[in-house]
Amino acid sequence: MAGGFVYNAIDQTEVATAEIYGKAIADIMAKDPKVVAITADLAKSTKLGDVLKVCPERVINVGIAEQDMFGVAAGMARAGIIPFLSGFSAFTSMRACDQLHTDICYQNVNAKIIATHSGTSFGQAGSTHHAIVDLAIVRAMPNMTLIVPADGFETANAVNAAYENVGPYYIRINRGFDRVLYDSMDYGFEVGKAVEIHEGTDITVIACGSCVFQAREAAKFLENSDGLKVRVLNMHTIKPIDRDAIIKAVLETRRIITVEDHSTIGGLGSAVAEVVVESGKACAFRKLGHPDKFAPIGLQEDIMSEVGIDANGIIAAVREVMKADFEEDENWDDEF
Amino acid sequence: MALSKQEWLALEKKAFELRKLCLQTTFWAGSGHVGGGMSVMDLLTVMYHKYLNIKVEDPKWEDRDRFILSKGHAAIAYAPVLCDKGFNDVEMLKTFNLSGSKMGMHLDSNKVVGVDASTGSLGHGASIAAGTALAARILGKDYLTFVATGDGELGEGSNWEGFMTMNHYELSNCIVFIDRNHCMIDGPTEEVMKLEPLADKMVAFGFNTIVVDGNNINELCDAVDAAIARSKEKCAPTCIIMDTQKGAGIKSIAGDYHCHYMALDDDTFAKYNKELEEDYAARVARAEKEGK
Repeated sequence: MAGGFVYNAIDQTEVATAEIYGKAIADIMAKDPKVVAITADLAKSTKLGDVLKVCPERVINVGIAEQDMFGVAAGMARAGIIPFLSGFSAFTSMRACDQLHTDICYQNVNAKIIATHSGTSFGQAGSTHHAIVDLAIVRAMPNMTLIVPADGFETANAVNAAYENVGPYYIRINRGFDRVLYDSMDYGFEVGKAVEIHEGTDITVIACGSCVFQAREAAKFLENSDGLKVRVLNMHTIKPIDRDAIIKAVLETRRIITVEDHSTIGGLGSAVAEVVVESGKACAFRKLGHPDKFAPIGLQEDIMSEVGIDANGIIAAVREVMKADFEEDENWDDEF
Repeated sequence: MALSKQEWLALEKKAFELRKLCLQTTFWAGSGHVGGGMSVMDLLTVMYHKYLNIKVEDPKWEDRDRFILSKGHAAIAYAPVLCDKGFNDVEMLKTFNLSGSKMGMHLDSNKVVGVDASTGSLGHGASIAAGTALAARILGKDYLTFVATGDGELGEGSNWEGFMTMNHYELSNCIVFIDRNHCMIDGPTEEVMKLEPLADKMVAFGFNTIVVDGNNINELCDAVDAAIARSKEKCAPTCIIMDTQKGAGIKSIAGDYHCHYMALDDDTFAKYNKELEEDYAARVARAEKEGK
């Protein structure tokens, strides 16, 4: 990453994903006086502690007022500041949706949103604090780049990329305590380019965020137990989506499963499905995610298990989708 | 510092010309937000012809004063002001509201030169202004930020979030105008959703609050002068509540909430133009009598 900062494996294992964000933004702010952190009474929850030590005068707390946070950020960005806003994804996507749409995206200002506690990572807090429709909302907004990092290193890469590129960015991270996927920041992160983290030609699992680790574990298991070669793509950028990687998966594996800690309506699965359908190529397809209802209460790993977006759920789905055939006959009942 | 009679008369003349251009634009467009445009026209006139430190030849000049029209539907008044000022070709006004135009009913800051914020969804301007003013403090700049909201618009709670931020950070470099024309689409504000006691509300939110006749240019300028005088020192922000009339300047619709959005045919266009001229004559007579 040109111009970015590098964090080591010790950082990653000792701190939560959101804390990596805190370190990354603190480093950026220490070198660039035009970067300002804005929060809505969540400076501690969104791990801005390091920034408060480095440059407290550039941490703006607007109180519990997300709509205000976005308007303030838009005004600042227009005046030449690069604001990094942080808040719970449930509120940055829904409470301030009009401001996100109009002040940030419509005006196309250079503001960066760090949306924490996404998916069901704050699972015990219940549906008021779950963010399982945020991707659907944010993905539809013009001018927006939408990234869902899979772990702390990827979060640092995403934050650096957001800083280095002009325009609105929405980086959707978890509450923290993510499973570690990478052992360094140096794995070729590039906005809009999926990362193949497990090779395979039988089927492709496309995942984002906390589901990427689960998908890799499932792929390893299936290789040993079923002899299946499962390709796993870490689709960290939901928008712009990596069309080439998806088409390649269609042509080379003919079977795709998407998996996300988000509703199956409008998120990663929908984004991938749009590309597949528009390709005109036949492909067995299954979306794993939250069904069209509010998620249960509980620890994230328990919810992921119940919903079927953990390794076990992915293994079961892969086995089922592998049964789909592509006979060129008139019988559609046995296709899947 | 009070206006000289000469300056007052010059601003009245400009306000009159801009009201005529607003009416003309409405006629070209077929319809428009005449009521709220006319009520805020005196403010727009004094902002763009007396107070704003801006450069027409360098519209993105980073040290410029900012003006944010939170009541974005008054674009039918704002667009003529920006064109007349030279930011955009006056010919563009003939395309206002029409398919393919750069000028829609609410102005897009990425399409219309001189617009500091894309507004139209009500209740956004205060926070954007607060951020703009905070940026000046962080960047060590002296520019001022002005924001004009409607009165009915204050029903949007987000305004009050922005006001709290202005107060908390003592953004005296941010000056808020409320166009108190007493009207909303569905009726008088006090019938649709009570706003009074509005001045007390603003005082309670920490504002240095001034109430003036917002359709009296001399009074309005006195208030703006007072607000600017305290802007250099970090202290409570100023709110100027402008008591105005919806449709101000056009006698047959002034004060009537029904003029929020209206179509103009040839006869009403001619009639309203005549009334604007009568209003201008009365304003000149007042300036001649009261000016110094």
